[in-house]
Amino acid sequence: MTAGTLTLLSGQSGSGHIQLVAAGSWIAENAGLLEPLVDAATRSNPSLRSVAIDTAKIDRLDSFGAWLLERALRTWKDQECEAKIVGLNEDYRGLFEKVHAGTQKLTPEPPKRNVITATLDSVGQKMVAIGDDIFLMAEMAGSLMIALKRVLLRPSTFRLTSMVNHLERVGWRAVPIILLITFLIGAILAQQGIFHFRKFGADIYVVDMVGVLVLRELGVLIVCIMIAGRSGSSYTAELGAMKMREEVDALRTMGFDPVEVLILPRVIALIIAVPALTFLGSMAALYGGGLVAWLYGGIVPEVFLSRLRESISATTFEVGIVKAPFMAFMIGMVACAEGLQVQGSAESLGEQTTNSVVKSIFLVIVLDGIFAMFFASIGM
Amino acid sequence: MAKDPKDAIIQIKDVVVDLKSHRILNGVTLDLYRGEILGFVGPSGAGKSVLTRTIVGLLPKHQGHIEVLGVDLDQADDDQRRAIERRWGILFQQGALYSSLTAGQNVEFPMIEYLDLSDRLMTEMAITKLEMVGLKADVYRKYPSELSGGMIKRVALARALALDPEILFLDEPTSGLDPISAHEFDELILTLQRTSDMAVFMVTHDLDSLYTICDRIAVLGEGKITEAGTMDTMLASEQPWLKAYFRGARARTERQASKH
Repeated sequence: MTAGTLTLLSGQSGSGHIQLVAAGSWIAENAGLLEPLVDAATRSNPSLRSVAIDTAKIDRLDSFGAWLLERALRTWKDQECEAKIVGLNEDYRGLFEKVHAGTQKLTPEPPKRNVITATLDSVGQKMVAIGDDIFLMAEMAGSLMIALKRVLLRPSTFRLTSMVNHLERVGWRAVPIILLITFLIGAILAQQGIFHFRKFGADIYVVDMVGVLVLRELGVLIVCIMIAGRSGSSYTAELGAMKMREEVDALRTMGFDPVEVLILPRVIALIIAVPALTFLGSMAALYGGGLVAWLYGGIVPEVFLSRLRESISATTFEVGIVKAPFMAFMIGMVACAEGLQVQGSAESLGEQTTNSVVKSIFLVIVLDGIFAMFFASIGM
Repeated sequence: MAKDPKDAIIQIKDVVVDLKSHRILNGVTLDLYRGEILGFVGPSGAGKSVLTRTIVGLLPKHQGHIEVLGVDLDQADDDQRRAIERRWGILFQQGALYSSLTAGQNVEFPMIEYLDLSDRLMTEMAITKLEMVGLKADVYRKYPSELSGGMIKRVALARALALDPEILFLDEPTSGLDPISAHEFDELILTLQRTSDMAVFMVTHDLDSLYTICDRIAVLGEGKITEAGTMDTMLASEQPWLKAYFRGARARTERQASKH
């Protein structure tokens, strides 16, 4: 395959007429080489009056080559120079005409604004978006409550099968990973405690620390963060994909409320699953802590258990477990609300899924703080 | 139309494809010749899309042999594969535009990958391609979510044509278009095919397309090619499915229309 060329055949600058010869393969692969040739040939020359390009020697022409020829013709026309193509192979006439018909008219892009106004603008937009988010959450909470009321009035409309299915996915199948992570957290907590408490001979208080920390705070927090990452993200992605494929709209037009059909079973499944997982997770963490206390700190299980019995009460456990359903509700609500915000593109799906996880983890921690203040003020 | 086997741009021989232990294609033999438009028909679920996807290498085949542009893709190394992939264009049924890129970037995408072009030329070529498929230059900056179904198909066709392919695969190009748009689309494919001498492999259910632009028609049934030939062959066929397809109620109005 010969590379395309554009060479001067004859030029009479006096009469202002030149004749060029295009030869070789004017195809996509050679476009990068041909472009400079075309640009060089069309460089402004005020004395030029007419140009003819002989194309008889072109052995292959595709749309790239055709456009480069067309571009040369247009440049010359802009310079008020008569330009034409001669000897074009009949096979290529259709292609050339197709390219020739193009206008290339692109409305100019809006001018870029200066940095300061653009920054201020984006800050403003962000604030508005945060405000919108708060409304969105309130709206989602409201529609969930309405759907719940409807379902309570007519229990037969509740989608039990769907709820059980979600319960299996977010609850049952999450058990192994939750057990593993909380077990490790408990073990690490005990190890660190023993290591530092030993310095002043207080290693036995590790049991108090692990017991209180796990049951009151860490158990539920770790589980909620795990669930926000594991199940919240999948809720958002599922609902987002359904939104993208107009499944949500289809439901609506058939007279179903998407909140009742899609979101309520998911949120209820989470509200059931998270307390159960919190309980299992807390037990696994205590087990991990007890194991490390025994193997690393020399606190035998009998001592660990009796110490644990003294240091914690039913209240300690209640404080932890009571938070779980609220946090579950928060995760489910954020995940579903974000899912319904997905627009047409794959990028938007990814963005909303990220948002869902980040927001629900943030809100879980905020909620935990609020609960801490609440329990402190009622003396629990 | 040249029927010399040497001119076959795609040769499919005894291809068997299983999907989840279910035999979809059972010995398909078909050639696609240079410069022809082949219409590929068959009942829904017969495996038309499966064959297309097998040819382009998206699905593995169980047995058989496929040569594209003289290269067996199973034995080709990565460079050979890329060289072949550069020479075909595929229009997916739903367009399959990259939703995070604008229409223009979608068309430029294969150019960036395979060609070494200046930014200016790339933009101009993308606009040229978009205008060739009958869109306004302004579509260049629009995202797929801002386009109508017909426009998405056109942008997807522009992307399939981005590198001036020698083979164009079309998976139901006119499905979901109104009859006027579908007709325009047919004309467009025909013009483009005639101007650049592409081979077009078109899966379609559109009788109008089959009548107006296809040089040859191949019929897939029960995992095999049951008939292949021109429209006249199809009309003369006594196979029950073909009779119902080409001589049914919808076809009659079609034929009357084409007589006028």
